[in-house]
Amino acid sequence: MNRQGRPTTSGAEQGPTGVVETVSGHQGLALEEPLLYERGSPEMTGVDLPEVPAVTSRLGQMGREGDIGLAGLSEPDTLRHYTRLSRQNYAIDMGVYPLGSCTMKHNPRLNEKMARLPGFTDIHPLQPEETVQGALGLMDMLGHWLKTLTGMPGVALSPKAGAHGELCGLMAIRAALEAKGNARKVVLVPESAHGTNPATAALCGYQVQSIAATSEGRVDLAALKEALNEDVAAVMLTNPNTCGLFERDIINIAEAVHAAGAYFYCDGANFNAIVGKVRPGDLGVDCMHINLHKTFSTPHGGGGPGSGPVVFSEALVPYMPRPLVEWRDGGFTMEETDEDSQSFGRLTAFHGQMGMFVRAMSYMLSHGADGLMQVAEDAVLAANYVMASLSDVMTASYAGPCMHECLFDDRFLKDSNVTTLDFAKAMIDEGFHPMTMYFPLVVHGAMLIEPTETESKKNLDEFITSLRGLVAAATQGDNDRFSAAPYLAPRRRLDETAAARKPILRWSPPPASTTN
Amino acid sequence: MSKLYFTEDHEWINVDGSDAIVGISDYAQQALGDIVFVEIPEEGRALAKGDEAAVVESVKAASEVYAPVSGTVVAGNSALEEEPALVNTASQSDGWFFRMQLSDPAELEGLMDEAAYATYIQGLDG
Amino acid sequence: MRYLPFTAQDRSDMLSVIGVDNVDALYCDVDPDVLLSQPVDLPKHATELSVERNLTSLARQNTVAGEVPFFIGAGAYRHHVPATVDYLIQRGEFLTAYTPYQPEISQGTLQALFEFQTQVAQITGMDVANASLYDGSTGCGEAVLMARRITRRKKAVLSGGLHPQYRDVVKTVTTFTDDDVVINPPAPTADEDLIAQIDDETSCVVVQYPDFFGHIQDFSALAAAAQEKKALLVVVVTEIVSLGAISSPGAMGADIVVGEGQSLGNGLNFGGPYLGLLATRQKYVRQMPGRLCGETIDAEGRRGFVLTLSTREQHIRREKATSNICTNSGLCSLAFSIHLSLLGEKGYRQLAALNHARAVQLAERLELIEGVEILNAAFFNEFTIRLPRPAAEVVNTLAAQNILAGVPVSRLLPQQHMDDLLVVAVTETVQDEDMMALEAGLKEVLS
Repeated sequence: MNRQGRPTTSGAEQGPTGVVETVSGHQGLALEEPLLYERGSPEMTGVDLPEVPAVTSRLGQMGREGDIGLAGLSEPDTLRHYTRLSRQNYAIDMGVYPLGSCTMKHNPRLNEKMARLPGFTDIHPLQPEETVQGALGLMDMLGHWLKTLTGMPGVALSPKAGAHGELCGLMAIRAALEAKGNARKVVLVPESAHGTNPATAALCGYQVQSIAATSEGRVDLAALKEALNEDVAAVMLTNPNTCGLFERDIINIAEAVHAAGAYFYCDGANFNAIVGKVRPGDLGVDCMHINLHKTFSTPHGGGGPGSGPVVFSEALVPYMPRPLVEWRDGGFTMEETDEDSQSFGRLTAFHGQMGMFVRAMSYMLSHGADGLMQVAEDAVLAANYVMASLSDVMTASYAGPCMHECLFDDRFLKDSNVTTLDFAKAMIDEGFHPMTMYFPLVVHGAMLIEPTETESKKNLDEFITSLRGLVAAATQGDNDRFSAAPYLAPRRRLDETAAARKPILRWSPPPASTTN
Repeated sequence: MSKLYFTEDHEWINVDGSDAIVGISDYAQQALGDIVFVEIPEEGRALAKGDEAAVVESVKAASEVYAPVSGTVVAGNSALEEEPALVNTASQSDGWFFRMQLSDPAELEGLMDEAAYATYIQGLDG
Repeated sequence: MRYLPFTAQDRSDMLSVIGVDNVDALYCDVDPDVLLSQPVDLPKHATELSVERNLTSLARQNTVAGEVPFFIGAGAYRHHVPATVDYLIQRGEFLTAYTPYQPEISQGTLQALFEFQTQVAQITGMDVANASLYDGSTGCGEAVLMARRITRRKKAVLSGGLHPQYRDVVKTVTTFTDDDVVINPPAPTADEDLIAQIDDETSCVVVQYPDFFGHIQDFSALAAAAQEKKALLVVVVTEIVSLGAISSPGAMGADIVVGEGQSLGNGLNFGGPYLGLLATRQKYVRQMPGRLCGETIDAEGRRGFVLTLSTREQHIRREKATSNICTNSGLCSLAFSIHLSLLGEKGYRQLAALNHARAVQLAERLELIEGVEILNAAFFNEFTIRLPRPAAEVVNTLAAQNILAGVPVSRLLPQQHMDDLLVVAVTETVQDEDMMALEAGLKEVLS
C-alpha cells in the first residue's frame, strides 16, 4: 500500500501571480498552435484511400509534374490542430456577442441536424426533378413563409448572401425601368447605409447620391423629396435603420418615391426587429433582401456562408431572376429563363443556398407565426433594456425607443483618454465580444449594441454591470486598462499597419538550404 | 525658382516653369494616419484639374488625391511602392506622389500659397 | 419557446426599467395601421420532435445520391468527406463566430484562412488566393470584372467550354455595365479558336479546365497570345480535385484562376452553400475582390493574423469598392481546408489518380456499347458521350430505375441541337456494381 500522501495545496506560501514563462510556449489550457505547414509534412496523410486501379491514362499530355507542396496531417493531429485553433475564437456559444447590425443570436443545433439529413445534403442540383420533389417542396415552403411574413407577392431564393440579394433587387429595378424605356441614373442612399448599398448601386451602373439624416437619426423626408426627380431610379433604405431606429416616415417615403416613378429598395438586414410585427409590403417596399443568417438564425460560420433571398412587389415580379420554383401539373419544377421572359437572368449556378434554406425553415417551423412575433418583441425589449440601463453613464446618440439595437457614441469618453476602440478592446478582457464600432458613420465613435432575443436577462445584467464598470474606470482615468487592451486574449493588439504595408498572404517554404 | 501651392483638398504642388511635383500636405498625412499604400498614376496620363490622380490608403481609409491643375504625368514616385511610410515621414519632400507637365499654368492662380494654406487649416481645426 | 429565455416576470421587470407599459409602446414609431396585432397566417410554434418529423418527410421524398448508381457532375461533384471534417466545422467556436473583425479573439478563424489561402495558391499554381467567394460561378463574374479593372478594357471572351450557368452569371453581372462579353457557341468537341479573337480591346479570355464537356486542354499557347496583347487569361476549374492529377493553371500561364471548391470537404447540398476560389498573381492583389487574411505580429511580437487590404472592400470604399461582396464562404472554406489537410500532398494526388482511373474504367465499358461514342481525347473524371437517342429521355428512363446517369447537355443548353449528348462524371465514390448497373441500363435503353 502506498502510504505516501500527495499534497493537495501548493507548497509555496503564495503561488506566482503573473504569467509563468513555460518551456513549451503554451500557457496551460492556452495552447499555441503552429501553422499546418509547420506541424504537418508532404508524406503524411490522414485518409485511407483504396488502391488506384491500373489503367491507361487518358489525361493526354497534361499530367501534373513536380510537387505541389501541400502539408498533410494524421487524423489525430488534424483534430488537435483545428481544435486548438478553434479555442482561439470567441463565439456565440461562449458568451454575449452584441455586434450591432450583425444579429449574433443563438444558432439552434436542430437546424444543423436537419440540414445534414442525407435527403438534403446528398442530392445533386442537376438530378432529374422527379427525384428531388422534397427539396423543391422545401424551397417552395420557405418562399411561402417569406412572402407571408413580408406581405410581398414574389420571392427569389437564389442570392447567396445579403449583398448578392441587394444586387438581385437592384437589377430587377433596373430591368423594370429599362422595360419602361429609361433606366435613369441615380440611386439615393442615406449617409448611414451599409457600405454594400453604394457598392451594389455602382455595380448596376448607377451613381450614388447621399441623403442627409435628421437630428433624430432618420431620413430627412424633405431632403429626400428634394432629391427625387426623373433621374432617380431607386432609393435604398435600411429599415429599421442602421442607428437602430424605425423610419417613422417610411410610408410617406414610399409614396414620394413611387410618385417620382422610382422604386423603393429596402435593405432587410434588420428585419429581425419587426418580423411577425410589421410586413414591409404594407409599408410600400418594392423589394427587400432577407439575411437568413441574421433573422432566421443560420450560423455565421466565421464569415459565411450567408443566404439572401429577396421578396418583390407586384411591379417587380416579372423581372425576378431565374430559376424559380413553380408548382405545375402535380409536381414542383424549376422554371428557367426563356426567350419571352423579362427576367434579368441568372445570379448563380444552380439554385441558391439549400443548406441554409433547410436551417432557416427548421428555425421558422420551430417558432411558428406566434413565436416569430415574440422573437421581434424580445429583441426590441432586450435592446431597450440595455439602452435604459446604460443611458445614465454612456451617451445614447438618439432618443428611444430603439428597435433591436441601441446606438451610443463616444461623448461619454470625451474627458478621458479612452477611444471607442480602446473601450471595445477592454470588453474583450471582460469576456465579451465588443459591440460594433465606428459604424454607422453618422455619429462620432459609434458603439452599436445588439443583444438579440436569445440572451437571458441574467446574461444581459452581467453585460450591463461590466459595461458600467468599464465606464467608471474610463472616467476615473484608469487609462492603462484601456490603451493596451486586450491583455487576456490569445493575442494582444495586432499590427494592422505592418500587415497592409508588406502583405504576407500565404505561407512560403523557408529558403532552401545552400549546403546540400 | 520653384513655387509651392496648396489646394483645399490638401494636395501641394511645387511648380518650376511648366514642370511640377505633387504630393499631400503634412496636415493630410497626419489626418490619414499610417499610410500603407499609394497608387500612383502611370506615366503619360493626361489629367484635368480636379481629376482623381492617385489614391492614398491607411488601414481603415482610402482617399483620392486630385490633380491640383491640368497636365500630363511625367513620372510617379516609385519609392512609395516599397516605402509608403515616406508619406508620413517626409510628406513634402521624399514622399511626393508624381511629377507632371502643366498644360495651363494659369490654373495655379486659384490655389493657395503656404501662408494662406496655414490659415486655411487653422480654420478647419477651430 | 425553447430559444427565448425571457420569463413573463423578466419581461415585466424589463418593461418597468424602460418605463413603458407594454412592448407595443416600443413600436410607437410604427404607424398603428400597419402594426400587426395578431400573428400572420402561418402555423404556430412546434416542438423539436414535430419539426424533425416534418422536415424528415420532405427529405425522404428525394433520391439520395449515395443510395443509387450516381454519375452526375457538371459543376458539383460527389466525393467522400471524412467524418473528421464535419465534426470539426460543427465546433461552436467555428460555427457560431462572426467574420474575424476582432483579430485578438479570432485567431482560430484567421489562421485557418491563412492556411486555406496557401493551399489554394499551391494547387492552382498561383502566387496568392483570397479567403473565398460565394461559389465558382459568381467568382467567374468577379474575375471578369477584375480583369476589366486591371486592363481597363471592356471586352471579355468566353470559351464555349465554359459551364453554361457560369456563362449566364457573367452575362448577368455585366448586363448593366458597358462590358462587351463575347460568347462563343458551346464547343462539345473543343474545336474553337480563341487566339484569333484576342485583340487590343480584350480584357480577358475565360476558359474552363477541365471544361464543361470534360476536355483537358493545354492553354499555354492561349496564355502567351493573351499576354502578347496585354489581355489576361482566366482559368475556371469546377472540379478542384482534378488539379491533383493535371498541370496547374499557373503553370500554363493563367493570370486569374477561379475555382469551385465544393469537391473538397463539402457535400452536394442541392447546389449550395459552396465556395468560390480565386487566385492570382502577386501584382494584381489590390484588384482582387473579397477578403484577404495576412500575417503580422501583436504588441508582444508574437505571430498573428488579421484581415488586411480591406480598403478594397465595400465597407470602406463604398461605391468605389472592387466588389459589393461582404461575405466569404467561411465555414465551407474551413471544411475544404480541413479535408485537404487530412489528404495532404500524398492523399490529394492519390484521390485525383483514383478519380481518373475510375473514370477511365467506365469510359472503357461505355465505349464498347453500340452507338455510344466518347467525344473526349483527354479527360479527368468526367466525359461527354454521344447517344443514338435524346439524352434527356435516356436519363429519365434510367432515373425511373434508380440510376442517375449524368447530365443531358440539353438541360443546360436547350435549343442547341445537342440533345444526344450526355455528360458523365465518375468519382471515387462510384463502385464497380454502379458501373455495371449503368452499362446494363444503357444497353437496355439503347437496344
